[in-house]
Amino acid sequence: MKPASFEYTRPDSLDDAIALLAEHDGDAKVIAGGQSLMPMMNFRLASPRMLVDIGRIADLNRIVIASDGVRLGALVRWRDIERHPTLRTSHPLLAAAIDHVAHYQIRNRGTVGGSIAHADPAAEMPGVAVACDAEIIVAGSAGQRTIAAADFFTGALTTILQPDEIIIEVRLPAWPAGRRAAFEEFSRRKGDFALAGVAAFYDLDREGRVVDPHLAAIGVASFPVRLKAAEAALAGRPIDAIAIQTAAVVADEGLDISEDIHAPADYRRALLKVLLERALHRAAGLPASGQTT
Amino acid sequence: MKNADAQFTVNGQSVKVSVEPRTSLADYLRHELKLTGTHLGCEHGVCGACTVIVDGAAVRSCLMLAAQADGCEVVTIEGLSNRDDLTPLQASFRKHHALQCGFCTPGILTTAHVLLSEEPDADADRIRDVLSGNICRCTGYVSIIEAVLDARSAYGHRETET
Amino acid sequence: MSVPARTGATPNTLVGQAVERTEDLRFLTGRGTFADDYEPAGVLHAVILRSSVPHGHLRSIDARPALTMPGVKGVITAEDIGPAIPTIPLRLAPIAGLEKYLQPVIAHGKVRYAGEPLAVVVADSRAIAEDALEAISVEIEALDPVADWRASEADRCLLFEENATNVATRYSAQIGDADAAIAAADYVRRETFRAHRHTANPMETRGAIAEWNVADGRLIVTAATKVTFFNRRLLAKMMGLEESAIDLIEIDVGGGFGVRGEFYPEDFLIPFAARHLQRPVKWIEDRREHLLAANHSREIDCDLEIACKSDGTIVAVRGKIYGDMGAYVRTNGGVVPAKAAQFLHGPYRVPNIKVDVAAFMTSKTPVGTYRAPGRFEANFFRERLMDMAARDLNIDPVAFRRKNLITEAELPYSIGQLVPYETPTAYDSGDYHACLDRLLEEFDWDKKAALQGKAVDGRYQGLAATCFVESGGAGPRENCKFILERDGGITINVGSSALGQGLETVFAQIAADAMGLPFDAFTIRHGSTTLVHEGFGTYHSRALVMGGSAILDGAKNMVAAIRAAGAAQLGCAPDDAVWHDGHIAVNSGRRLGLGEIAGGAPDGTPLSADGTFANTKRTYSYGAHAAHVAVDARTGHVQVIDYLAIEDVGRAVNPGIVHGQAIGAAVQGLGGVFFDHLIYDADAQLLNASLVDYLLPLATDFPSVRGVTLELRPSPSNPLGAKGAGEGGIVAVAATIGNAVAAALVSLGVEPKELPLTPPRIWRLVQEAKARLSASKS
Repeated sequence: MKPASFEYTRPDSLDDAIALLAEHDGDAKVIAGGQSLMPMMNFRLASPRMLVDIGRIADLNRIVIASDGVRLGALVRWRDIERHPTLRTSHPLLAAAIDHVAHYQIRNRGTVGGSIAHADPAAEMPGVAVACDAEIIVAGSAGQRTIAAADFFTGALTTILQPDEIIIEVRLPAWPAGRRAAFEEFSRRKGDFALAGVAAFYDLDREGRVVDPHLAAIGVASFPVRLKAAEAALAGRPIDAIAIQTAAVVADEGLDISEDIHAPADYRRALLKVLLERALHRAAGLPASGQTT
Repeated sequence: MKNADAQFTVNGQSVKVSVEPRTSLADYLRHELKLTGTHLGCEHGVCGACTVIVDGAAVRSCLMLAAQADGCEVVTIEGLSNRDDLTPLQASFRKHHALQCGFCTPGILTTAHVLLSEEPDADADRIRDVLSGNICRCTGYVSIIEAVLDARSAYGHRETET
Repeated sequence: MSVPARTGATPNTLVGQAVERTEDLRFLTGRGTFADDYEPAGVLHAVILRSSVPHGHLRSIDARPALTMPGVKGVITAEDIGPAIPTIPLRLAPIAGLEKYLQPVIAHGKVRYAGEPLAVVVADSRAIAEDALEAISVEIEALDPVADWRASEADRCLLFEENATNVATRYSAQIGDADAAIAAADYVRRETFRAHRHTANPMETRGAIAEWNVADGRLIVTAATKVTFFNRRLLAKMMGLEESAIDLIEIDVGGGFGVRGEFYPEDFLIPFAARHLQRPVKWIEDRREHLLAANHSREIDCDLEIACKSDGTIVAVRGKIYGDMGAYVRTNGGVVPAKAAQFLHGPYRVPNIKVDVAAFMTSKTPVGTYRAPGRFEANFFRERLMDMAARDLNIDPVAFRRKNLITEAELPYSIGQLVPYETPTAYDSGDYHACLDRLLEEFDWDKKAALQGKAVDGRYQGLAATCFVESGGAGPRENCKFILERDGGITINVGSSALGQGLETVFAQIAADAMGLPFDAFTIRHGSTTLVHEGFGTYHSRALVMGGSAILDGAKNMVAAIRAAGAAQLGCAPDDAVWHDGHIAVNSGRRLGLGEIAGGAPDGTPLSADGTFANTKRTYSYGAHAAHVAVDARTGHVQVIDYLAIEDVGRAVNPGIVHGQAIGAAVQGLGGVFFDHLIYDADAQLLNASLVDYLLPLATDFPSVRGVTLELRPSPSNPLGAKGAGEGGIVAVAATIGNAVAAALVSLGVEPKELPLTPPRIWRLVQEAKARLSASKS
């Protein structure tokens, strides 16, 4: 399985990279770690005529932790997140989710920008982005623009990214102290894409009531989704097993649950509810529900 | 189609590369340099047989273009091997019968070597986690995990009293 | 048959030891030579254009655009091969009817599965060949595909019009009168089970390098294995060559497990391409191709009945086996349903058994054998039904097995002729009860049994123990040749094939003990047709049993030849020359070492001796498996907390190797239970032809798998006392896990009857059980 022929360039600047993309008008692809693109090309499911390797472009591989949040350059690799000295405390949800990404060797090459651009429905990074109201910064011929994660993903493996645009950064809003969070996913094997996954966080007010819950799911729809009904069910309530159950029951409301060879929709629907329940129990520090069926 | 150029080192030797851009690092190592210890089991990044070490990190050479290795240090199974004796890691694999057909073995050795170089105290769970990116059809992995655990002392691991 | 346990004068020192493997030295340092590592000068690269349509009339192939591409050297279609297109004959299981459904080496007229070869594209590089492949236009008039055996049986759409039916064969076999026994029985239970289509997936895909020598009309095919002599015979016939004009060469092989080394279309197409183009041609299968083109296996449905006395004594078993053969009957395809039927018997006293077997043609990739063919399936069917019966009869499942397990006093135990193409056979030797006892002891069964069906941390615990018997060591013969090299070392050529199982090590162990020489004195060469006059290869766990026994014979003959040669050099009678400690000595005190004897060969011809071993009796290893699982009923996830496989292999020449294969087999089996699955849609299209979607077990999946190798009862039919090993670790995995999951979910009444046990399937079984329970309450 060898890819179809293509030209390869390795520009040193973002402007050059964008110019090359613009010049090839849809026939060029950006490559960074290549961990999603190369398999597609080896299967000849993707056959771009030009590969623009952005690996040399300066400053795209930085992790910046500031008072307004965490900024991840497009070239930040999973291993950089895994090994970062403070990220696990600065953004525990991100760290917990990224622990589930693929395998050791893939984690050494795969990048944040690549995952966002590839937009696999079950990928963790897009899920975290949607859960956290992240901003995705892209650069193109018309300059830079900032896109809300919720608007970025439009379908399985499809985004609103234009052919001449490159993701340069993902910005996650600041993570206040005391925020409760958990990430749960269920995959067939360690490192596989999840059949379903849930990213959950919320804050508590003085009375111990849930404030501004963010609940998002991956793997259940064609792109990461917020679980609006479950968020509404949880908001303003003290967190306990009953509140969690109430939220879990409506987790699938309004969702068009996907199915594929690995799992039918009704199973995914049930799995979503179980995972949300488990995530919320864990975020709250409550023991598992004890429910067996 | 214009060739892609790159310059990097393979097992300490400098190489100047001018290849068809679509040439993977794996194919370059195997067919141009005749370093056939790096194996291709799937060519879509799942099986791990093609794992080589690039700038100290274990990577899939079937998912990396030769051109992308420009400026890198590449080490293959051949580069991990002494001329005469087995290294402690290799000897441990032999001792534990941690291979049968041997096809996946180079990718497992390169991966385990990087792991133990960075984490000589890796426990069985960590080793299993890291090696979950390498498929072996023969052994069922049990002997592989034992072999890697047993090789840790050569990487600076100290047995702790428990 | 009476055979001495050992030849040679020195006591056994190596057989029975976990000697470190010779092969590992090259594999661990990246110096192995696998198919794609062999690259003769001037080699061209071939890829195969395969049908994307599962069933249809092949109207035309237009390769002209491909042929004009730079670097493309040729495109071969049926037109270049014909007018007569060879078909690939049966190697095993010649059941009447199957011979009418053989695969042509290339599609012509019709295509019958997605993946069937249509053309061979040869170019300067693999990448160019793949480019060219995309430029070929193929016109196929699609016909309705036949997606499963039920559609096949209906015969509404005929796959082979000339045969007027899709049912390749039906036969019935029995011992006693199962119909009568079932009619009169106290208790009968009948269930339908299903094993699913999956395959071995060795880490190295298939490959071949063919070199045609124009000058002398000889053909060399490198990277052959398994049954090279048989394959050479077929190839010679198809190519119109003498067998002596073809060498099949075995190099390092990255796993076989039954799938690799059978004669496939490519084993003709690549040599043909080399001759056609008069250039060396290499073909390396890619993983997607492997999943589409190499043998599939295991897709068997079974209607099974068990009849018992109320005390649990089995009085009869009656089974119907429905085998989905895929689009053609491949070399050993018939083995799968035939053995699934035969092994329904198992290690139990079954006075009456009847099996009805039917083999159906469908529009899927053809099937062949995969490690423990038919057994994996049959044990699942039988052991699952036995646990259901035990529960019905309120008998402990272990006690139920003990009650029916054949005792040593009953051995040899005839299982008659349940396979039409085989002679009647009998379980040879063993202590089945001792093996089960050992299993329970090693597993700490009595203590763990308290967990049965209980929920711990929200997950249901389940345990199961099952028993099996497994055949191996197929005849008829194996041959070897000992050659004394100039340096005094001994090379042994053997007709057995090495596919990763360590033959170079175990054969040297046997020879070293037999000749009283050090292990390092021997170099083992295997598999290639150039090595011995006739070889039979490696399948049915036969290499050690047959090849190893031939080596004992060869060692004896080699000692005699060395004594004769030494005596001649020393001027004495052979009887006066004593072979001891690697030397020939005579009374006068003169001694000759092997180097001196080799140097003294009169005409420079190396001293050599042949060895052979012939046997028609199969070996029957046996054993028991146990599992402890925890089932998360809400997600359907099953954790294998502990797995133990015990097998009596008679004699373990290298326990390290046997143990490794047992564990490896068990994990393959766990993959077969939970992961491996060739998923087809209703149009007979394979949906998961990649390792992204075809899931194989990873290092994180089954950390707690144990094996115990026993040597309780040697085989009476070979001088090593060895029984086939290497498949016993997989045979009972589906049986054991299926029963453990059922035991875990006993409070819900969940009974898994269909593989694989994926999380969605278990979840659904739980949902259905809950619905049943709530319906019965209301």
